Amino acid sequence: MAENLEPTPVDETENRINTPFNRRNFLKYTGVAMAATAVVLTTSCDDDDEDDMVVTDDSVNLGSGDVGILNYAYALEQLEAAFYTAVVALPNFNTLFPNATERASLTDIRNHEIAHREFFKKAITAAAASQIIPSLTPNLPASALASRESILATAKTFEDLGVAAYNGAGKLISAAGVAYLGIAGKIVSVEARHAAEIRDMISNGTFASGAAGVTAGNIVDENGLDVALTPMQVLALAQPFVKEKLNGSNLPTQ
Amino acid sequence: MNIFNIIKEIEKVDPEVYDRLDPRRAVFKHFAGFGKKLAAAAVPLAFGSVLNKAYGQSTSSIREVLEYALALENLEYYFYKQAAATNLFPTAAAKTAFETIRDHEEDHVAFLRSAITSLNSGAPTTYTQASFDYSAGGLLSDTFTNYGTMLAVAQAFEDTGVRAYKGAAPSLISNDAVLQAALQIHSVEARHAAHLRRMRRDAATGGVASNKPWITLKDRGGLPAAFQGIYDGEEVTTQAGVPITGTFGSVTITAEAASEAFDEPLTMAQVLAIVDPFIK
Repeated sequence: MAENLEPTPVDETENRINTPFNRRNFLKYTGVAMAATAVVLTTSCDDDDEDDMVVTDDSVNLGSGDVGILNYAYALEQLEAAFYTAVVALPNFNTLFPNATERASLTDIRNHEIAHREFFKKAITAAAASQIIPSLTPNLPASALASRESILATAKTFEDLGVAAYNGAGKLISAAGVAYLGIAGKIVSVEARHAAEIRDMISNGTFASGAAGVTAGNIVDENGLDVALTPMQVLALAQPFVKEKLNGSNLPTQ
Repeated sequence: MNIFNIIKEIEKVDPEVYDRLDPRRAVFKHFAGFGKKLAAAAVPLAFGSVLNKAYGQSTSSIREVLEYALALENLEYYFYKQAAATNLFPTAAAKTAFETIRDHEEDHVAFLRSAITSLNSGAPTTYTQASFDYSAGGLLSDTFTNYGTMLAVAQAFEDTGVRAYKGAAPSLISNDAVLQAALQIHSVEARHAAHLRRMRRDAATGGVASNKPWITLKDRGGLPAAFQGIYDGEEVTTQAGVPITGTFGSVTITAEAASEAFDEPLTMAQVLAIVDPFIK
């Protein structure tokens, strides 16, 4: 975890909400909402990490701190969006998926992943334009798109991996970046809905049961908990699907 | 037990609960954008801390959040326990799905109870079947006798649960272990919600053919109007100041798709208002 901000003194905590109109005016006139972002980004930079994202030899460094976590999410969303875009664009899409409801689900999921990708692209650009990773080059083996079974198996991997990635990344966001935690929460449950639907398309009733696939054991464990993975675990599983080398070595680890 | 009793219980461990539920906090939601990067040196760190505490982040105690989650999980568990015991299911798969979800909710109850116990702040609250009223004070006359109603109530509980955990997560940012566990429960609830929505979409009788596994705008999917609060707010198409709709390459993201792509949180107060009719 990157450094937390100083705790608020108790008396300030008690008073902070008591004068909403004054506070609101203060915020309006100081433009502090924007400045707050600067606090988020700078207090979460640990120390001497380079600000600029580095690409060398087709390696993509996701960076550090909260921006690194945003880049990490952006990388995964790029891969998901590329995969579903390719699936829906297949000339034999209607033949592979003769059921219109299934085609609608896959098309919806494509749209959601594109929405996620474009959101991160704009949000990271606005917050830290110098640190955003570039567009990645997907590496989708032809076999992944060859049949209904292989498409759904690949989709299941991506969705369960996405859920596990967000579940494991939440705690890596700094206290100052709590707004990012909120955004991650808004996306991860949609990924879980996708995961459930894809799993049910493979075998109805496996929405939250059966083998995890991305890890040993079941997708939901004996405590009723879904999978959570570290960025290093996720990147190792995602790497085969992207041509560039994903470097998460500067990401927060706690 | 009613909403005020719940808050009274919470007040025992968190005397400031009424302040935390103050709706005026919502004014800070609008400042949660990703603004342009300005010179951070211009912002006194202490003020940043005040702002961080105040905008969009509830400061509920860990115990309070866990008790809140425990109440919701018990509400779900006793619902599925009763539902899975009915003979309303049209297929074996439908019954199995309810049993799977019931078992997960039971696991969540046990997990949360042990998490609360580990805080050493007193024993967790114990609930029984008698704690809950699944007719919602008479609003629903056939919860366990009409398959369509039973599915609808299940969807309502799961979609509410997803929004509740989402809203509570920022309160847990100081405790990595509890935050991660809450996220791991949150995504399971979302899987449940998706499957129940699928069951309602595909049900031969008592279903809603237009249902999807995700939430479109603020559509309540054929649920009674009294349940609209579960979906209000889901229709937003802007996130952190970024418009989600638009055309990207050859794909147009409509308001419907943009709203589906992001699930929205609910505050503790909003959730307690939704579930209040179900809690004695």
